[in-house]
Amino acid sequence: MSAQTMPAHSTMANKVIEVEILRYRPEQDEKPFPQLFEVPYNPDMSILEALQYIKDHLDSSVSFRWSCRMAICGSCGLMVNNIPKLGCKAFLRDYYPQKVKLEALANFPIERDLVVDMGDFIKKLEEIKPYIIPATDDKCLSEGTYKQTPEQMEKYKQFSMCINCGLCYSACPQYGLDKKFTGPAALALLARYNRDSRDAGSAERMKIVNQEEGVWSCTFVGYCSVVCPKGVDPAAAIQLLKVESSKDYLIGMFKPD
Amino acid sequence: MQIIKTDVAIIGAGGSGLRAAIEIAENHPQLEIALISKVYPMRSHTVAAEGGAAGVVQDSDSLDQHFHDTVSGGDWLCEQDVVQYFVENAAKQLTQLEHWGCPWSRKEDGSINVRAFGGMKKERTWFAADKSGFHILHTLFQTSIKHPKITRFDEHFCLDLIVEDNKIQGVVILDIAEGEAKLIQAKSVIMATGGAARVYTYNTNGGIVTGDGMSLAYRHGVALRDMEFIQYHPTGLPGSGILMTEGCRGEGGVLINKDGYRYLQDYGLGPETPIGQPKNKHMELGPRDKISQCFWQEQQKGNVISGDRGDVVHLDLRHLGEAKINERLPFIRELAKAYVGVDPVYEPIPVRPTVHYTMGGIATDAKTATSLAGLYAIGECASVGLHGANRLGSNSLTELAVFGQLAGQQAAEYAQQATHQDITPLRQQAEQVIARTEALLNSNGTEKMADIRQAMGDCMEQGVGIYRTQASMQQTIDTLAELKQRYKSIQINDKSSVFNTEFLYAIELGYLLDTAEAMAHSAILRKESRGSHQRIDDYQTRDDINYLKHSLAYFQADNAPIIKYADVTITKSQPAERVYGAASETKEK
Repeated sequence: MSAQTMPAHSTMANKVIEVEILRYRPEQDEKPFPQLFEVPYNPDMSILEALQYIKDHLDSSVSFRWSCRMAICGSCGLMVNNIPKLGCKAFLRDYYPQKVKLEALANFPIERDLVVDMGDFIKKLEEIKPYIIPATDDKCLSEGTYKQTPEQMEKYKQFSMCINCGLCYSACPQYGLDKKFTGPAALALLARYNRDSRDAGSAERMKIVNQEEGVWSCTFVGYCSVVCPKGVDPAAAIQLLKVESSKDYLIGMFKPD
Repeated sequence: MQIIKTDVAIIGAGGSGLRAAIEIAENHPQLEIALISKVYPMRSHTVAAEGGAAGVVQDSDSLDQHFHDTVSGGDWLCEQDVVQYFVENAAKQLTQLEHWGCPWSRKEDGSINVRAFGGMKKERTWFAADKSGFHILHTLFQTSIKHPKITRFDEHFCLDLIVEDNKIQGVVILDIAEGEAKLIQAKSVIMATGGAARVYTYNTNGGIVTGDGMSLAYRHGVALRDMEFIQYHPTGLPGSGILMTEGCRGEGGVLINKDGYRYLQDYGLGPETPIGQPKNKHMELGPRDKISQCFWQEQQKGNVISGDRGDVVHLDLRHLGEAKINERLPFIRELAKAYVGVDPVYEPIPVRPTVHYTMGGIATDAKTATSLAGLYAIGECASVGLHGANRLGSNSLTELAVFGQLAGQQAAEYAQQATHQDITPLRQQAEQVIARTEALLNSNGTEKMADIRQAMGDCMEQGVGIYRTQASMQQTIDTLAELKQRYKSIQINDKSSVFNTEFLYAIELGYLLDTAEAMAHSAILRKESRGSHQRIDDYQTRDDINYLKHSLAYFQADNAPIIKYADVTITKSQPAERVYGAASETKEK
């Protein structure tokens, strides 16, 4: 016997919202096409819940990624009226009574429907050496934890908040033009480790930063930080890295390897 | 069919799977590791854990106290040798995560900070604000990238285990993007697939938490242990079930009913502690099972608040102030604002119990080995014996690290002793798995998946909820049997092979139904009340004479599972009355 079952949503009588999804099934569709659905409207309902309603009741073949429903797993990024959003943290109430248009994340190849190919993005995360590279005299476990004051943590904490949702790549005009650009999330993650007091790997990572496809590809549009659902501010991370990269360059002029 | 040889295959790349993979890569560099996940690793549900991870660090604390809190918290159904190993290794493994970069919250002097948690006598919960699981998972994922011997199979779905010659020899996986099946031949396999709370309608869990590993092991004859013990977390958001961490109460948040009264004092958790002065093991820092039960009792008395999203009580954080909420509970503030339109700085948060965690799982010995040679299990999918009848908050994140490390070591040692067997029978088995899978895809059933899923979730809430009766559990058992029949004619409209999520949901629903059945049958046969298994029929008290035992559920395909029992390992804590609040102090004197 459970605590009384609660209503998932008390639906508003007869109100519906139009949801248009850009469909693409590579085995049967030559090119993407829009499909319109009518979903019962409820102000609590997220875009993700609207998609789940569509899949459960209207068209079971619509594909999209999701899991946590609470804006922390980073699965459900998509374009909502041409703006990159997390489906679980965008709500119908912000669009009703207008139609909502859903598409796969821009700048990524569409795998199917709202599912994009994340392969290049994941590869970029892997390439920036996103792990502590310890100093040669690093502690062993029996010596306990490193000391890190709240001020030291503050230097990188914000850049450690990235959920790898890919919205910033979708927003980045430079990534749209040139897929070689390391891009906002990966550079923010790089800054996260370079700024961590426990890490001694900055010099290795600065080689990545200094490359043409590193920070210098960024034209500082700043839209990445606008769309970031977690306040990571990758644009700020890139600016900080540009300063470091300039210092590297100047030092390099006087002290060649 | 592609055949890939590896030494150790790990299914699931959440906290425990990643930890095991890193353990093997660091200490057994000659071994190949296949790390398989149906999602990208950072999507795994470890990511949603908020409050923290328990490990003794304070001088005033002791391993013995952590041991006793865990054993009494589990209502004496814990394997005490396992608990001992756990408390001894907890801080060490959390330190390891720190060395790998986990941004644990600190004191001013730069040392690790700890917070209070339910059922814990001392503050010993390490935390990274209120995103502890997120930071642990990303730290482990990023650290794993350092190791070239870890080959990841991201977005590969596990279809079945290959058992030949009475030992596990591999797994069959489906590349979700390509629709192509692959046979991974392995010498040992670690199951790390997480829990199964999606069998209930209202839960804190992500959509991927569908009991895959539990069901796969269960179908191959491995027992599921203590499955009747399901944790309702007392503070989920109404409607969605989204988690409001126990850390809210650890930091001093209080629970109040419709009259503004701190009702927990009426249920053996008092006396009332002053606002802003939380006291360990009292009031809001009681254990989860009891606090969820208190909600139900208040609901019976008509003391809860009824709203559009159902019945709730209030979790009040206002007295903590904006600065502390922003420092310690920023995610809670973000979630409450987004999902119920409440800013906890100014208003109390509406909450209610929602299903959170499966205490039971794949039965393992104290070193994570299952009864199937070569198969290990860790994390929420496993029952290593740590949590007993009720898990204490913040023991499970530590479990991922402690037993992930151990399983990595054990599976590596096993793999070093073993050799790859003849591939022919394994390939034949894999071909049968693929044929069965394709038959499901191409079936012409008429039963709507969403209806079966909803009926399953609702019947579990009704029958195997916070309080249970013989009649309610029997009703659930009957419903589940009927749903399993209907499942055989499930409708799958999408016959395509590229990212066919409808098909994956159908397979997951099969996993969920088998897991649910193990839960319901284990529950009805436990004729006592213990921990999270509370009956309001003829069996309202704990019965140590007959039921100081683990339940073991064995799969029987179309028939009801067979339930057996096994003794509980007791070392230094004899079963006693489980008390909190003032009574706990009397007892300790």
